Amino acid sequence: MTAGNSAAATFVGSAPGRPRAPLSRALLTRTSVLPGFDLSLGITLFALGLIVLLPLSAAFAKTATLSWPAFVDAAFSPRVLASYRLTFGASLAAASVSAAFGLLVTWVLVRYPFPGRRIVDALIDLPFALPTAVAGIALTALYADNGWVGRWLALAGVKVAYSPLGVFVALTFIGLPFVVRTVQPVLADLPTGIEEAAATLGASRAQTFARVILPALAPALLTGFALAFARAVGEYGSVIFIAGNLPMVSEIAPLLIVTKLEQYDYAGATAIAVVLLVAAFALLLAINALQARARRRESA
Amino acid sequence: MSAPSTPVAGATAEPAWVRRTLIGSALVFLAGFLLLPLAVVFVEALKKGLAVYLAAITEPEAVSALRLTLLAAAVAVPTNVVIGLAAAWSLAKFRFRGQNVLLTLIDLPFSVSPVIAGLIYVLLFGLQGWFGPWLKAHDLQVIFAVPGIVLATVFVTFPFVARELIPTMQAQGTEQEEAARVLGASGWHILRRVTLPNVRWALLYGVILCNARAMGEFGAVSVVSGHVRGVTDTLPLHIEILYNEYQSAAAFAVASLLALLALVTLALKAVVERRMARAARLAVQAARKDDVAARGPQRSNAVGRPRRSAYAQAGGAAHHAPIGGALAAPAP
Repeated sequence: MTAGNSAAATFVGSAPGRPRAPLSRALLTRTSVLPGFDLSLGITLFALGLIVLLPLSAAFAKTATLSWPAFVDAAFSPRVLASYRLTFGASLAAASVSAAFGLLVTWVLVRYPFPGRRIVDALIDLPFALPTAVAGIALTALYADNGWVGRWLALAGVKVAYSPLGVFVALTFIGLPFVVRTVQPVLADLPTGIEEAAATLGASRAQTFARVILPALAPALLTGFALAFARAVGEYGSVIFIAGNLPMVSEIAPLLIVTKLEQYDYAGATAIAVVLLVAAFALLLAINALQARARRRESA
Repeated sequence: MSAPSTPVAGATAEPAWVRRTLIGSALVFLAGFLLLPLAVVFVEALKKGLAVYLAAITEPEAVSALRLTLLAAAVAVPTNVVIGLAAAWSLAKFRFRGQNVLLTLIDLPFSVSPVIAGLIYVLLFGLQGWFGPWLKAHDLQVIFAVPGIVLATVFVTFPFVARELIPTMQAQGTEQEEAARVLGASGWHILRRVTLPNVRWALLYGVILCNARAMGEFGAVSVVSGHVRGVTDTLPLHIEILYNEYQSAAAFAVASLLALLALVTLALKAVVERRMARAARLAVQAARKDDVAARGPQRSNAVGRPRRSAYAQAGGAAHHAPIGGALAAPAP
């Protein structure tokens, strides 16, 4: 933060030969004739510190003011534990379904030409582009007992809207593009040579898929799954409309944060937030490790 | 069924009935999961007729919500363009210690729940917050006011422009900028005349995504807004209020505006993606001409344009990676 401030103040001035500004001297591992390192890194660090890191550290600082028993009481009370179970359980189930159908959709999009393929390809990103509140009320209208889909499910005795199943449906909707967009470039790049080799060696098409193609796609598929899962754990807008939000039954953890905030229980809200943040950071690290491994394998 | 656009050898293709079944089930799944929710928005919005629809989107509170949504985007997008350009310049044109850490940190807002993004600003600027007493003493209000909404929006959109620019700039290398530098161009001149023209599509792509998220953000904005009707309501928050008041047709009418925005976003995104793919192809062709030892074109089973461009190879699958995914680390 302070380094960023001073760097922004020292401005560009790092022409070759002239003494370099502090950030370049301290950090650059390869000299460059290009100017602007100190200014651009300064702006980046300043903005990152002010907009992202300082506010995030406030969450951890606020939690530190709680005693350990008070933290446990706030972050692991039965109602909160039930919300974690729902949040993580539904996210896991939704990410799995997204992964399965995402693989199918990706396969069809990459391998089979069919009329309207480009439009379908563009539509995959709808869950990103559609604001979550819109997705929330749309899914609720669809899956309510009198909705287009809910009507038929109600006949079969399945209740989706205003139940934990609704949470699962909303999170599946949200997660699908993560899987498709992660697997798509890898599948498209898969050289046909290995499939031809497998066929030449006598493998059936199903064997080739299971033994040759799927292992090659596995890292991307796993990454897509992890991305979908991470997004689902924090999701709020699309879920709260369809969930029904019954305590202990269909109440997600992010909603509990909002509820506690509305009761001015800032410490309680922050305690739950810190648990979710730690889970999110762990996932982020796992995803980064997965991608690094995939890249190493690719370059090997 | 149209004929495949690329010749596919019999041994590495599925029988026609398998193909048809797979295409059919994928399309049925997508129709049910993507098209139905989209369709239901417009059907519900027009359920009570055009008059109710028009009244819902022209009433003063809806208009003020629209104005606030536009304001938040008008601040968040330029802010993120400046930050994104700065981040991409430092990360893509230089090699320095801690580069990977910085990349991960820029991506951080993607992994933070929107609700938590709102909460942390309440902890900073709320009445009980770190800066709360100071703000109160100076008669300033951030939380439950417009500045808080803008700040929360900037937070959730923070990585969008940067993550599009970084891989593109990395792939383009530093040769052109270095040449300009040696010829005596200043830093700003290089940025304006060399770098920006080269990354214009990636920049536009980032802006489109950033704008869509800024206008559609719900969770983070909901926490800091305080729901003062006609004052601190954005369009998504206005939808929630109408919906909770059982004004379903009005809620869907306002939602249809945002759904239209989403469709426009998808269309623009597709156009820009095609432009980027073409620019990358041209770059590859130019490189091939120079490179005598270039290998022959790789075959692949993929239909249509090559998915992973030369640009994307340096930065992972960034262009096609989902919005909100983890950013690829820089190429070694």
